Amino acid sequence: MTEKIMEGSIAVAHAVARCSPDVVAAFPITPSTHIPQELSRIQPEYGFEFVPVEAEFSAISAVFGASAAGGRAFTATSSQGLLLMHEVLFAASGTRLPMVMVVANRAISAPLSIWNDWQDSISQRDAGWIQLYCKNSQETVDATIQAFKITEEARIPVMVCFDGFYLTHEISPIDVPEKKEIDAYAPKGKRDSLDVGDPKSFGCYATPAYYQDMKKEQDDALFASAGIIEKHAGKFAEKFGRPQFAFIEEYKNDKDAAIISMGSLAEEAELVADEGLAGVVRVKCFRPFPRDALKKALQGKKRVVILEKDVSFGFGGALATEVKSLLFEAGLAPEVTSIICGLGGKDVSVKNIKEALQEKGSAWM
Amino acid sequence: MTELFLKGHRACAGCGSVLALRYVLEALGKDVIVVNATGCMEIISSQYPESNWGVPYVHCLFENTASVATGVSRALKHLDKEGTVVVIGGDGASYDIGFGAVSGAMERNEDILYVCYDNEAYANTGLQRSGATPFGSATTTTPSEMGGKGEWKKNLTFIAAAHAVPYAAAASVAFLPDLQAKLKKAKQKKGFRLVNVHAPCTVGWKINPVKAVEVARKAVECGLWNLFEIDDGKFKLSRPVGEAPVAEYLKMQGRFKHLTPKQVETIEEHARSVKPELEKLEKANVNFQRFL
Repeated sequence: MTEKIMEGSIAVAHAVARCSPDVVAAFPITPSTHIPQELSRIQPEYGFEFVPVEAEFSAISAVFGASAAGGRAFTATSSQGLLLMHEVLFAASGTRLPMVMVVANRAISAPLSIWNDWQDSISQRDAGWIQLYCKNSQETVDATIQAFKITEEARIPVMVCFDGFYLTHEISPIDVPEKKEIDAYAPKGKRDSLDVGDPKSFGCYATPAYYQDMKKEQDDALFASAGIIEKHAGKFAEKFGRPQFAFIEEYKNDKDAAIISMGSLAEEAELVADEGLAGVVRVKCFRPFPRDALKKALQGKKRVVILEKDVSFGFGGALATEVKSLLFEAGLAPEVTSIICGLGGKDVSVKNIKEALQEKGSAWM
Repeated sequence: MTELFLKGHRACAGCGSVLALRYVLEALGKDVIVVNATGCMEIISSQYPESNWGVPYVHCLFENTASVATGVSRALKHLDKEGTVVVIGGDGASYDIGFGAVSGAMERNEDILYVCYDNEAYANTGLQRSGATPFGSATTTTPSEMGGKGEWKKNLTFIAAAHAVPYAAAASVAFLPDLQAKLKKAKQKKGFRLVNVHAPCTVGWKINPVKAVEVARKAVECGLWNLFEIDDGKFKLSRPVGEAPVAEYLKMQGRFKHLTPKQVETIEEHARSVKPELEKLEKANVNFQRFL
């Protein structure tokens, strides 16, 4: 393991290149831009096909095509770019094509904002992708490498999310494993693909006699991907000597109260836990939603405070909605507070998180 | 003929596009990978658990086919796999909703052979107006009550040429040897190639299903659809521009039934004005690839 001081996006780009993609397609959007820029810069060294397309819609479409042709394919985006991809996300997961996308989380227009929140990827919650939210750049690098293994085994696309600017532009010591180590961890396998020697049809039209059954299979596969996610996190930890959190991370979670959050915000909440005010349960894997792990982590809690940077307009926070649903399912009844915060880059300080512990019901801060 | 588009498809009787497709695949042979846009040719050929495709086939969405084909083409290159990447898309996918992706792929000169079957309307959704619908044509969104479409159709082949692609050609399902020769020539080239095929929709054009080829031929004979190619930037007519009265073409089709004599005259004048312009273009030996 060799740590180097580097920017989060640059580290992610090098991790992707060392995963030996066949095709990388991207369109620039802040704050994800440094990833494709760096990939284009190092392309001559690695030799993958780099396609600077004319829109994010085409970036994800080219990734779809590359995957259908049997290639390992990658893209990165943020915000409006991810929203522009929305339609293709469903086609990709429905066609069961493996692919990896890194999302540098950013707010959604209007009003225009280039700053961080999770509204972009949370709005893709129901697109049938695996969604991983990372707390720092090292975890993003590690998750991206695992994502290629996960997607190729589960045949479900994987979205690796990390906070725009807070992580994409943060400079910190990061270990990006060498290519030969990644080759050994994530070798490419064979799968059905477009092949003139074996003509197959992909992307069919389904009548009502088949459509729902196919969707059920897809949903079953997304649930079943939990086992694959866990397996590859374990193998990664073993090979690279860094502990991995497949679904959730518990930090000093031995108090009556727990803060539940995701991404770098959960890491910040650890500072509050350090003062003994509450434990932290960080949701890393948002889809498939880690029901069992969370139920276990929330057993016996008197109070749960959910902090999140997204909103389902007209209802509340998406993470809080999921948590409340599973608490009900588990017959647990802690006092629940749902906090929507940090939208469009609004600062969330440690003081704010402490104040959140005093809130009742739901609140914006 | 060697059928690579197999029997049992669900197209309407006399469909011009299916006829084109069969001859497109025959000309191109087995070593192709088809990327198909949502539309008539997709919906009639890929109903699970059946497929009419004797070659590798992928369908994704309506408006991203050129980009999906880009990904297929780049992956084949990197994986050193064989196959010419062939897009099959209608005028809706190619002229309109997917045009941004088509233009992007042209500008990057992606190694794709793009075959557009131009049936001059959004046929699959019930025959609405498209950017390829000709002036005066009734569609379900430019009904005869409105006098039909008030605008002229786009010329996608020239738009391709303006991107300086290696090959762009206009062909017709009524001139199969010309269509197949263009496809074979295109297949030998690298980069973005467009073959734009005029293909009647018997339902949308309101014609007798046995008359599709006859109607398509008449479009060429009266100069409303002209056969040409722009090969490495050089424009060449594939046959002399037709001079038959447009009324002969219009009266064969229910979609033009409502036209007033004034509208017919406007179309006639338009068709007559095209011939000298195309002839000048050919004679001038203009190089489209030098416009950039």
